[in-house]
Amino acid sequence: MTDLLEVRNVRRSFPRSGGGELLVLDDVSLTLKEGEIVGMLGRSGSGKSTLLRLIAGLARPQGGTISYMGAPILGPAQGVAMVFQGFALFPWMTVLENVELGLEALGLPEKDIRARALAAIDLIGLDGYESAYPRELSGGMRQRVGFARAVVVHPNILLMDEPFSALDVLTAENLRTDLIELWGNKQLPTKGIILVTHNIEEAVLMCDRVLLFSSDPARVSAEIVIDLPQPRERTSPAFEDYVDRIYVEMTARRVERMRQVQAQGDSIALPLGHVPPNQIAGLIEALSAPPYDGKADLPDIAYEQELEVDELFPVAEAMQLLRLADVEGGDIKLTHMGKRFADAELNERKEIFSRALMSHLPLAAHIRKVLDERASHSAPRTRFLDELEDHMTEETADETLKCVVSWARFAELFSYDDDAELFSLENPT
Amino acid sequence: MKILPPVSIEGRSLLPGKWDLLAAVLVLGFLILFADVSRDLVQPLASVSTSTLSLDPANLPGFAARTALRMLIAMGVSLAFTFAYATWAAKNPRARLLLVPLLDILQSVPILGFLSITVVWFLSLSPGRVFGAELACVFAIFTSQAWNMAFSFYQSLRTVPEDLTEAGRTFGLSAWARFWRIEAPFATPSLIWNMMVSMSGGWFFVTLSEAISVGNTTIALPGIGSYIAVAIAQQDVGAIFWAIGAMLVVILIYDQLLFRPLVSWADRFRVGEEQRDDPPQSWVLTMLRRSRLIDWLTAPFEAMMRWSYRFTPPSFGVRAAFRDSDSRVSGAVWYGILALLGAFALWRIWGFAAANFSWRELLHATGLGFLTMLRVVVLILLASAIWTPIGIYVGLRPKLTRIVQPVAQFFAAFPANIVFPLAVSLIIFWDLNPDIFLSPLMVLGTQWYILFNVIGGASNIPRELMDVGDNFSVKGWLWWKRIALPAVFPHYLTGAIAASGGTWNASIVAEVANWGNHTLRAHGLGAYIADATQSGDFKRVVLGIAVMAFFVVVVNRLFWQPLYWYAERKFRMTA
Repeated sequence: MTDLLEVRNVRRSFPRSGGGELLVLDDVSLTLKEGEIVGMLGRSGSGKSTLLRLIAGLARPQGGTISYMGAPILGPAQGVAMVFQGFALFPWMTVLENVELGLEALGLPEKDIRARALAAIDLIGLDGYESAYPRELSGGMRQRVGFARAVVVHPNILLMDEPFSALDVLTAENLRTDLIELWGNKQLPTKGIILVTHNIEEAVLMCDRVLLFSSDPARVSAEIVIDLPQPRERTSPAFEDYVDRIYVEMTARRVERMRQVQAQGDSIALPLGHVPPNQIAGLIEALSAPPYDGKADLPDIAYEQELEVDELFPVAEAMQLLRLADVEGGDIKLTHMGKRFADAELNERKEIFSRALMSHLPLAAHIRKVLDERASHSAPRTRFLDELEDHMTEETADETLKCVVSWARFAELFSYDDDAELFSLENPT
Repeated sequence: MKILPPVSIEGRSLLPGKWDLLAAVLVLGFLILFADVSRDLVQPLASVSTSTLSLDPANLPGFAARTALRMLIAMGVSLAFTFAYATWAAKNPRARLLLVPLLDILQSVPILGFLSITVVWFLSLSPGRVFGAELACVFAIFTSQAWNMAFSFYQSLRTVPEDLTEAGRTFGLSAWARFWRIEAPFATPSLIWNMMVSMSGGWFFVTLSEAISVGNTTIALPGIGSYIAVAIAQQDVGAIFWAIGAMLVVILIYDQLLFRPLVSWADRFRVGEEQRDDPPQSWVLTMLRRSRLIDWLTAPFEAMMRWSYRFTPPSFGVRAAFRDSDSRVSGAVWYGILALLGAFALWRIWGFAAANFSWRELLHATGLGFLTMLRVVVLILLASAIWTPIGIYVGLRPKLTRIVQPVAQFFAAFPANIVFPLAVSLIIFWDLNPDIFLSPLMVLGTQWYILFNVIGGASNIPRELMDVGDNFSVKGWLWWKRIALPAVFPHYLTGAIAASGGTWNASIVAEVANWGNHTLRAHGLGAYIADATQSGDFKRVVLGIAVMAFFVVVVNRLFWQPLYWYAERKFRMTA
């Protein structure tokens, strides 16, 4: 089989507002062969979408090469079409006009444009909706227009950027099944598909190969070949094995990295994503209750609690960080402190949380110490922001501070006035 | 946040209803009443001469301060009016029927033409003439600011989210407390935005109304406007540049000390929106927040407000309006008063028309109205053709946008009449045709509305949509036709409507221009009104204003309104 697409050692960074560079993609390589669906799986914001834009020629990499059918991609390439997460339909065009846009740009004769557009609309199941405006359609129908618009140009490569994540569960499943069926019957006028997703089951359901992306900056951390015949059964043991395997892969790396950073001692440089204390408390309660009794399989609890991976992982990691739980081998297990937290009243919970912050989150301890030492017991936000920015990007520093503030408020460790951007020890009395 | 289009465009019905007619009659009637009273007052007033004013630039800071102070006072008055009028209209369904159409008519009256009448009237009111002139000036600014503020506030009050109101009721807040704790805060961001827009218009009026001559009465209040008037009379180009510089500084100071802090402060009142990535910042506000002084200063006021929440004024709020027991009586009284007012207005109009009306004059004014309309149309088309592509180009480049957008907004705020003399002196110098070359002055100050709205629109196009264009290699004219122009159309329209309204108004000062003892005159309704004002001929002033207001309302109803709703429905990015 020939390589449709070859990505070699691609690197991409963005200039930071405060100067310097923010590395988003680091040394990423992948190939797409004819007849393949390749999944790119990772957290939101892990640079997958950026990579997809590079492949589509919407942006240029700073290093490495991307070649499409042997030729380097230097700009938007004919034969590479994209389906967007937010549908990206033009509200002022009807379904038909939206689908015809790509053909118009090709400069085809009007008769061909109409014929091909109608054929694509027919194929994707939009018959009867030709003259509707996007605002009149449900999300599922809108994304069908997105698909029709992409396949109508007969692209060799179809790029899909989380195409189902803006849809409700039922609609998304319906659309996935239809798409797989069309693909299986070789009805789609396309030779290969790249699917970006953060939904593990979706990746296992649709892809021939799944590339796992780690974040900050994005790298391909593992490749898993899904060797199951289509159509796939979500409930089959083989399917579940793949899902479990990916969970283990995805959590292990993150947790390992977190342990390393923490092991470096009292470094404040650990970037945090904001997880509300309520979510932590909620997951702890769910874990401590039957049937889990303190220990759960991550995919199970994600399913039971109706949590997306993107929602579950950050909470699990926050619990790991604060030593309220241990995440290992696709499982999550409450620690002694975690169990105590589950049984405690609100005030005691705050105390446990406060102690966890002081002993396991150097940044929180640091802020508290500074406030204790100062005569005014207050310090401007910039004082800590500057410190953090020595180690991380402005955005990450901002997010990290936000997280610490939210946790410290819950723990009543210190307070923060957002108007004056001032940390202090006083609460309104 | 966008500029609100005039009332008649926001409304959905095309044909004027009986309430629109009543509003028109009332406004026209009182215009005439004013004019009649003023006519008798013109004669005995001695002139406050412009010759006392020195063009020494050293005077400018003082003048600028006086001008800025007038603006501030007028803004305070406009705010008070807004709170009273808009709240009344929003809370009382019966009053609303009249108050909203009334706003529409008032918005369409070219108040620039009415300036002369009000000035004379206010002069007559006060024993000390300077005080009367100050009042007149503040009133003129007020009339240029109040309507759109009131309309914005009214709209906000009418769209307070149900759950907020209900939460207020559940906690047993009185109508008074609900107003200050829920409704006013909810309306604040949009009100502040409209205050800024009003302020832009206000600078124009303050500079015009400081120095005005009606018949043989001449007033020159110390201020930048009078300074310019004297500079024009003395043909002093250097002084004009000084005035422009002073104006720039004043606007910048206002922006930094007043509006930035306000916008930044009001950010907290935005309901139901995500936290912004870059919340508006203001060093002044940060300073105020860090200092305790403000807390001390506002604490007694806050305590007073909290204390006041405990009382429920019986006549305040919706409940009063819906109370059944007295509704019939109060309804009869209300409609009775309206009938009386309407009859009185009609009587004044009738008396005025019987004495002064002639078909010939009306035809003449209407003909001139069409001439001015032609100018407005051509100018708006030209400005659109120039600024739309530029705005799109700029708006799609965030770095460029950050530079150009504030500049465009600044130009919109800058009173264009200050630079008129420079243009006029050039027209005289090259001996150009005033009918053509005076016209661009009309759009000089208003074209920026188009530019900054288009920039705003283009910079808000979702990136995914632009990506689609790139991904499918949509280029050239196809790109403009299918993607760029439709995407900015609703924003463009908002700008164009604002620009068009402003251009009509500006015609009164742009169609006749002076430079020393040269006078340039273009043919048009603006020149007609300006001439009538100059010669103190109030009946022609009234006729000219009425005709122009009619033109503006009709153009709004027949052209802008359908287009606006079409664009809102088809092109708005909320799909």
